[in-house]
Amino acid sequence: MTTSTSPGASSSRGERTPLVSAVVRFAGDSGDGMQLTGSQFAHEVAWAGNDLATLPTFPAEIRAPAGTLYGVSSFQIQFGSVRVLTPGDRLDALVAMNPAALKVHLGDLEPGGLLIVNRNAFDQRNLARAGYRDNPLEDPALAERYRLHAIEVSRLTHEAVAGLGLGHKDAERCKNFFCLGLVSWVYGRPIEPTIEWLQRRFAREPALLEANRRALLAGHAFAETAEIFGEAYRVEPAVLPPGTYRRISGNQALALGLVTAAVRAGRPLLYGSYPITPASDILHEMARHRNFGVRPFQAEDEIAAMGAAIGAAFGGAIGVCGTSGPGLALKAEGLGLAVMAELPVVVIDVQRGGPSTGLPTRTEQADLLQALYGRNSEAPLIVLAPATPGECFQMAYEAVRLALKYMVPAILLSDGYLANGSEPWRIPDPEELPPIEVQQPPAAAAGRFAPYARDERTLARPWAVPGMPGLEHRIGGLEKEHISGNVSYDPDNHDLMVRLREEKVRRAAAEIPPLEVQGEDAGQLLVVGWGSTYGAIRVAVERVRARGRAVSAVHLRYLNPLPPDLGPLLGRFRRVLVPEINRGQLRRVLRAEFGCDAVGFHRVRGMPLAVGEIEQAIEALLDGEAGA
Amino acid sequence: MSTAATPAASGGLSKKDFASDQEVRWCPGCGDYAILSAVQRVLPELGIPREKIVFISGIGCSSRFPYYMNTYGFHTIHGRAPAIATGLKLANPELTVFVVTGDGDGLSIGGNHLMHVLRRNVDLTILLFNNRIYGLTKGQYSPTSEQGKVTKSTPYGSIDRPLDPVRVALGAGASFVARTIDRNLPHLQETLRRAVAHRGTSFVEIYQNCNIYNDGAFAPLTDKETREAAVVELVHGRPLVFGRPGERRALRLRGLVPEVVPYAEGSTSGAEGGGADGGLWVHDEHDRRLALLLAELEPPAMPVPMGVLLDLEAPEFIAAHMEQERRVTQTQGPGDLERLLRGPETWTVRES
Repeated sequence: MTTSTSPGASSSRGERTPLVSAVVRFAGDSGDGMQLTGSQFAHEVAWAGNDLATLPTFPAEIRAPAGTLYGVSSFQIQFGSVRVLTPGDRLDALVAMNPAALKVHLGDLEPGGLLIVNRNAFDQRNLARAGYRDNPLEDPALAERYRLHAIEVSRLTHEAVAGLGLGHKDAERCKNFFCLGLVSWVYGRPIEPTIEWLQRRFAREPALLEANRRALLAGHAFAETAEIFGEAYRVEPAVLPPGTYRRISGNQALALGLVTAAVRAGRPLLYGSYPITPASDILHEMARHRNFGVRPFQAEDEIAAMGAAIGAAFGGAIGVCGTSGPGLALKAEGLGLAVMAELPVVVIDVQRGGPSTGLPTRTEQADLLQALYGRNSEAPLIVLAPATPGECFQMAYEAVRLALKYMVPAILLSDGYLANGSEPWRIPDPEELPPIEVQQPPAAAAGRFAPYARDERTLARPWAVPGMPGLEHRIGGLEKEHISGNVSYDPDNHDLMVRLREEKVRRAAAEIPPLEVQGEDAGQLLVVGWGSTYGAIRVAVERVRARGRAVSAVHLRYLNPLPPDLGPLLGRFRRVLVPEINRGQLRRVLRAEFGCDAVGFHRVRGMPLAVGEIEQAIEALLDGEAGA
Repeated sequence: MSTAATPAASGGLSKKDFASDQEVRWCPGCGDYAILSAVQRVLPELGIPREKIVFISGIGCSSRFPYYMNTYGFHTIHGRAPAIATGLKLANPELTVFVVTGDGDGLSIGGNHLMHVLRRNVDLTILLFNNRIYGLTKGQYSPTSEQGKVTKSTPYGSIDRPLDPVRVALGAGASFVARTIDRNLPHLQETLRRAVAHRGTSFVEIYQNCNIYNDGAFAPLTDKETREAAVVELVHGRPLVFGRPGERRALRLRGLVPEVVPYAEGSTSGAEGGGADGGLWVHDEHDRRLALLLAELEPPAMPVPMGVLLDLEAPEFIAAHMEQERRVTQTQGPGDLERLLRGPETWTVRES
């Protein structure tokens, strides 16, 4: 399907075909460096001023056996001159470094899409490992269906780095940069940022620096001169709000949000964590920032991490821990203690596929009910969820702010997609963030200090911490007497305290900004989402609306308490659709809270929802309505 | 502990200043009363302001302790007190923190946290009340109950082998390990003083009688007729001597094997006399290997060692943590938020 053009024509920028957006996926063995390749390509794309969204997917195995289907690692990116909200459903281009990568990913490539493969990797051994009886590159159907370029990537890479004295293995490892150079040329993305990156990365290893640089340039030159690419593209810079930008992943943004909250609150921050995929990177990031008053604590287990955060909060610091679903289960008892003791701790749950160990490296949204209700007895707390990788920053900050203001634990629900996905992020001015208020206790108590006397407005109790003279008091997991905080078994007191703890969380709803509705704020169909499905839902709704059909959408970032204007909004629509990467958890909540007969759309594949499937669900519902 | 005495702030405090206004609700005759009293007596001597003292406990009879102390206190959840205390010390290293736990709380449900707090050597004093029974749940056997224990949950006798708190602590790398008993108030108070003075995790096992579910568990160690022969009190630099007047005995090491020899008052060698081989076992609380051998002494063949088994100077976790924070801040400068948010690579989008 390759369109042939005259040699050299495509090398001139002016004759590149303009694209609004493109979806590219790099796929190869775990050892092929696909995450790095994709990440560097994203870097180039950002540098060129495009908007972008990325989706890295990698096996749970650290060094899966070479050539296997389960050892395939991939990195997908959508970039464009328009607002890009998802990493894309279908691929415009696929780079497959071996037969296994081709087998796993070919199905996602659009017919007629660009397919680049490393022909040298298609030997008998790799074909057998991938379960190919015959070499798929020799099947004419492949080249008919796709714009296939079977390139001797390994051989050309070895030639490019020859003479540098590299061993075979080191030379072979440069082939990802050959492909990066190639794809960079095809889409007209600048390779200068990658060269700068190589110079920093290999500052002390000049041979490796030169080898990777040569491989990159060789790939770039190959695409330009070898006359095999009939087309070359350009993607104009996106129109983004003015400001200084960087590319950021959800986990990075989360860590920065926490550090910013600590600085703004003027308190040390204990980050307690037991390593767990996909949350470990937050611990790694936090551990670097000792000079911001971050006190990282790699605990002996999930329970100890929770305990240390509670102890820190009791001691007047900001207590935070990060984990994933199985870890949140282990923190349930500790969270109950924090609810009872009314201490401000923040727990980050980077959700992954489950139950049990589940799909550690894949995304899911199925911990919502665990976050809301997964503790013994009545144990309400604040639950928040960021919608994009960049938004992890302000929601982490918000979690700390609300926890301190209301003296209540907060759970922040991120997920594997947000954690590892990245997007351009406009760097905020910390001074523009809302201030962090702390519930200061009285200077000294006249008579006995009352640790459970509450602020009239927020119902928060004072944060009197050890070291403050005259305010010595005891708290604990036993039920507290209203105001005095003494142990109490009184039936009416217990009923009162259960209600007070609930009411306190309910009052935090005053902090929630008004909902922003995409489309009309009344009508046939409202799509309600939460968390990382934001982009896919938004684009799907945009597309359906562009076809002239009436559909609106709203996205929830506050899951407990719910936004005060949500109930009335739901009431103004005939139907409500809730797409989720679970079996209908938010839908249950909406039914329970508002008696809203919402319809669900559920795909629990360890992958973000695709725009197309949400579109279909919307259309089907609208068609059904029309027919009814 | 590391907190310096502030005479002005602590001046004039007495035992009753450390008693809270809460009614103590342990069973009449419980050994916990004696421990509470000993702690309330020792605290005024330390010169630490009340607001800088914190008692953290888990769950169990012993863990009600913080409610009765007029200091800061936190009655937490089962087994997790060491983790919570670690977080508290990281938040404010200047506090003097006690962890009050029991044989179930500390060694069963919370065994993991106990092991790790000892390994890290966090500056805390851990008081583990060992009554060898589950009291608050009304009388099931505990991980320190002797094998064959008949309880409600083991009507035909328990099958598991018990573990010894002191050996667990030594195995976890504790820097201070002591054993004392509720019925010997002077010994209990002196052990507490030593524990608080130590920098790092001080682990104190306190034999404590549960007069409801396991009465007399330590009777041989406290009864007038038997106690002198059953207990060897550890004194640094002194031979390990025990037994009633006229029947005094000492311990001697034959290689790694301890043996009991007659003892003549004032002697530093066995009565059987002299030579390198015949020297008595002289207690050295700074020697971890000897502490391990001491911990192996078990009745009835051997007396039970009471006192400080080990007191070592060792790097302390919180101080090391703070030192790292100081060092990083010194080399990198105080955190610059604007620079942090910008990261390594930025680009600018201008008004179009």
